[in-house]
Amino acid sequence: MSSPAPKSPEQSDKSRKYDRQIRLWGEHGQSLLESSTICLLNATALGCEVLKSLVLPGIGGFTIVDGNVVTEDDLGINFFLDASFLGQSKARACMQLLQELNTDVNGDFVDESVDWILSNRPAFFDTFDVVIASNLNEKALWGLSDRLWEANIPFIYCRSLGFFGSIRLQIKEHCVIESHPDNRQYDLRLEQPFPALQKHFESTEITSKVPWLLVLNKFLQVWRQKYGGHFPANYKQKSELKEMIRAAMTADEENYEEAIKAVNTALGGGNVPSSIKSIFQDNACTNLNKQSSPFWIITKALKEFVENDNNGLLPLPGVLPDMTADTEPYITLQNIYRQQALHDADNVYRKCQKYLKELGLPEDTISEKTVRLFCKEAAGLAVLRGTKISDENAKSSNILSFVDDLEIQGTLAEHYVALRAYERFVSECGNVPGECYVENDVKELKTVASKMLSDWGVHASISDDLIHEICRYGGSEIHSISAFIGGCVAQEVIKIVTKQYKPIDNTFLYNAITSETTTFKL
Amino acid sequence: MAADILSVLSGSPNPLTSLNSKRWNSLRHILERPGPFCKSDFTASAENLEALQTVLKILVIGAGGLGCELLKDLAMMGFGNLHVIDMDTIELSNLNRQFLFRRKDLGLSKAECAARFINERVPTCHVTSHFAKIQDFDESFYSQFHIIVCGLDSIVARRWINGMLISMLDYNEDGSVDPSTIIPLIDGGTEGFKGNARVILPGLTSCIECTLDLFPPQVTYPLCTIANTPRLPEHCIEYVKIIQWEKENPFSAPLDGDDPQHVAWVYERSLERANQYNISGITYRLVQGVIKNIIPAVASTNAVIAAACATEVFKLGTSCYDNMNNYMNFNDIEGIYTYTYPPEKSDTCLACSNTPQDLNVDDPNTTTLDDLIKILCESQRFQLKSPGLTTIIDGKNKTLYMSAVKSIEQQTRANLTMSLAELGLYDGASIMVSDVNMPTTIQLILKYHPNEVEMK
Ligand SMILES: [Zn+2]
Repeated sequence: MSSPAPKSPEQSDKSRKYDRQIRLWGEHGQSLLESSTICLLNATALGCEVLKSLVLPGIGGFTIVDGNVVTEDDLGINFFLDASFLGQSKARACMQLLQELNTDVNGDFVDESVDWILSNRPAFFDTFDVVIASNLNEKALWGLSDRLWEANIPFIYCRSLGFFGSIRLQIKEHCVIESHPDNRQYDLRLEQPFPALQKHFESTEITSKVPWLLVLNKFLQVWRQKYGGHFPANYKQKSELKEMIRAAMTADEENYEEAIKAVNTALGGGNVPSSIKSIFQDNACTNLNKQSSPFWIITKALKEFVENDNNGLLPLPGVLPDMTADTEPYITLQNIYRQQALHDADNVYRKCQKYLKELGLPEDTISEKTVRLFCKEAAGLAVLRGTKISDENAKSSNILSFVDDLEIQGTLAEHYVALRAYERFVSECGNVPGECYVENDVKELKTVASKMLSDWGVHASISDDLIHEICRYGGSEIHSISAFIGGCVAQEVIKIVTKQYKPIDNTFLYNAITSETTTFKL
Repeated sequence: MAADILSVLSGSPNPLTSLNSKRWNSLRHILERPGPFCKSDFTASAENLEALQTVLKILVIGAGGLGCELLKDLAMMGFGNLHVIDMDTIELSNLNRQFLFRRKDLGLSKAECAARFINERVPTCHVTSHFAKIQDFDESFYSQFHIIVCGLDSIVARRWINGMLISMLDYNEDGSVDPSTIIPLIDGGTEGFKGNARVILPGLTSCIECTLDLFPPQVTYPLCTIANTPRLPEHCIEYVKIIQWEKENPFSAPLDGDDPQHVAWVYERSLERANQYNISGITYRLVQGVIKNIIPAVASTNAVIAAACATEVFKLGTSCYDNMNNYMNFNDIEGIYTYTYPPEKSDTCLACSNTPQDLNVDDPNTTTLDDLIKILCESQRFQLKSPGLTTIIDGKNKTLYMSAVKSIEQQTRANLTMSLAELGLYDGASIMVSDVNMPTTIQLILKYHPNEVEMK
C-alpha cells in the first residue's frame, strides 16, 4: 500500500457523449469513425435515414449529392426536410438538418445530379471512405459500380420501394480483426498445455479453492491414462469424464461442479478453424509485396508462427473466463495465460518486422499493440471478397446459383428480380411502374421481368401477385421501411469504417409485409 | 378530441397539412389501391388516411432511443395524434442516438422536448407529452388509445403496462376475450447490436409475462466472492458499491451513478482494492457501467427496431397487411440476421391466463413465508421484486407480509419465519400478491401436492 492513492481520470466531453457506443467498438473504433467521410448520392428518405445513424455516432463528415429541389412529395417521407425548404436545393436542405444533429460532424453538399458528376467529375467520388446511394437509374448504378470498384472504394446501394427493401454491398476486399463473435469460445489449451501451464499443473495441489481448470485437467489425465492417451471426443466419453469428477467430490465443491459443466466446452481450443486456414492460403497472404496491407503481413507472420513454431496451433489469446476460486490461485493462473499470450504475440511481432524489412517497409507500419490484438482475435479473423454490382448483368453471374431453374416464387430471391425489373422498367419506359395506371404497367413489368430472367438464362418466372404489388406501389417510398433499411445500412458502414464486426456478404433483402429477411451472395 | 382535430384540418389554410396535400402521395398508393397481399378485411379508400390523421390515437411509452425514433416514424407514417410518456430528463450520453435532443436540452424532460421537436418538424402530427411515470396513470387514461407502442429499457415497466392492458380485458361467458376490449401492445427492445420487436394482442397472443425467460438474466455476483475472493475488476467495484459505500457513506447520500464525484470515489476505491489483490482491468468506464448497470446502445439498432415496430403499428392502424407473427429477433453483429416466430401463449401465465395460478410448495410445515417470498422473487416464472402478500382466513382479509409500508412491515415481519401451516394456510388457499411489476394484484392458489403436478 505504498503507492499513492489512485486518482480518477478526467472524462472528455466526447467520451461521455459517445459512451454507450464506445462500450461496443472501443476508443479505437470511435476514432476511425471520427476520421471517416461518407458520400450520399440522392437525398431520399432512405439516404437521409442512413446518414442520421452515422451523424449521431460521430463520423468525420458527409457530403450529399442531389440535383433536385425540395417538393411537397418529399415532405411526407423525409424527416430531414420541412416546408421552409420547398423549391430549394434538396442536397443543401438535408445536409443542414442532418448536420444539426451533431456539431462534431462536417456537412457538405453538391447540388448536381449523379449522372452529371459521373460524366464531368468522375474523380469526385475517390476521396470518400464509403459511398452510399439509392434511387439511381441503371446506367448510373453500373457506371458508379465500375468507377468505385476501380478506385477501391466501398459502395452500398440500397432500395426502399413500398414494403420491400434491399441492401447491396460492393467491396473488393475487407479484412476484419475484431469480429466480436456472439459466443466466444475460450481457448484453454488443455490438450496441449504450454510449458508454463504444464509446470503449474504439476506443481499445484487440487483443493476446493483452485479454479476448475485445474480440477478438470487432473481428471482429464486420469481419463487419458485409462484410454491410451486419447482425449474424450464424443458425448459418451465426456459423460464418463463428468462422472469421474462427480465421484471424486466429497462435498458440494463449486469448482468441481464448474469443472463438470465445462467438460463440453473447455476442449478444442487453439486449433486453426477452416475459415482461418483459407485465409492462410489466400494469395494475398502467400505472396506479400510492397503494397500488402498490415493485415496480410501479420497474417503471413501468424501463419509462419502456427506452422513452424507452435505445432499447428494459434497463438494463445490469454483470456480466461471467471472461475470460482480464491483470489490468489485464480490470478496466478490468469497471469500464466497472459504471459504466454504476450510471448506468442512477441514472436509473431518479430516475424512481422522481418517481413517489413524484406519488403523495405518502415518498421512502424505494424505496432506491437496491433499484433497483440491480432493474436488475441486470431480465431475470428475474417476476410470478405466482394463482387461488382455491374457484373450482376453478366450471364455468368452468381444470380444463377440461387435463381435456378426451380421455384423462386415465394422466396426473397423473387423480390430481388422484381426490384431489378422495376429499375429496368424505369430505364426502358421512362416512367415508374404504377405511377399512374396500375393495370397497364403490370403487363409491361411482367414482360420486362421475363425478358430479364431469360437473358440471364434462367427458366423461371416471378408471380403475378408480386408484379402487381410492385406496380401498386407506384414508386412509393414508405418511411418506416426506409428507416429499417437505413439503420441496417448505417451499421454496415460503421462495420466497414471501424473494421470491426462482419458486414453482409453481399445482398440483403427485406419484406416488411411478412417481416422476413435474407442474405445471399451475388 | 378526434373531432376537433378534424375541424382544425378541414378549416386549415395550410395546403401542406390537408388530406389532399401531395405530401401523402406515397402513403396513398398503399392505402388507396387494392393489392394481392393486403389483409382480407382491407378496403382501399381515402378514409384510411383520414383515419390515421384524425381518428387513431397512439401512445408511445418512452422517449429515449427507441421513443425518439418511434415518434418520428409514426409521424411520417401519417399518424396525426400521438401521446408520449417519459419520466426521464436528457443526459449527455443520450445524444449519440436520441436525435430529437440537443445540447441545449440537457436536463429537460425527454417527453416534452421530443413532442416539441416533432410538432415543429411535422405539421400533420400533434404529439401530447406526459413528463410522468406510466404508473401515474390508470385504466381511464390508457383506455383512450387504440394502440400502445413501447420503447423501454426497463422490464418492470414493460410488465406493468402489459399487466395493465390485460386487466382491462373483458371476457365473454365462454371464456373468450371480448375483442373490443383489446388494445394492441407493440414492444421493442434493444441492447447493442441486438434487438427485438413484437406484437402483443392481450389475451390472444403470448404476452410479456408468458415469455419472461426471453429477457437475459441479470448478472449478479455472490456476496462472498465480492467480500472475500474477488477475481474480476467487477468484483472489486461491486464491493465498493455495496459494502464500502454503506460503511463509509462518503457524501452522506445514497450512491448516485450520475454524480461524477460519487463515481470518482468508487473508481478510486475500486482501483485500490484491485491493486491489493493484483487484479487488473479497472477503468472509469467499467466502474460507471457497473454502478449504473449501463446497457450499450447505438443509433442504428434503435432505428431498425423502432421502424419494425412502427410498420406493425401502421399495419394495425390501417389493416393494410397482416401483422408479423409475432416476435422478431434482430442481430447485426455478423451480417444482418432476423428471425420471426410466434412464442406460445402460456396457459400458466400469471398475467394473461385469466385463471388463478397454482403455487406449488413441497411441505407446508417446513416452508416458511420467507421461503415463499424467495420463490416469488427468484423463480424464472415470477421474478417479482418485493411482493406483498395477503390472504383470506375465516372470511377476513389478512396481510401476511408487506414491505412497502413501514408500519405494516413491522407488524408482519414475524410472519416471515413462520411456516405456512402455522400461518393457517391450507392446501388450496388463495394468496393475493402485489408487486411493482404488476398494476393489479394476482391470485395464486397454494398447492401442497406438487410432485404429481411438477413432474409433467
Ligand atoms: Zn401471458
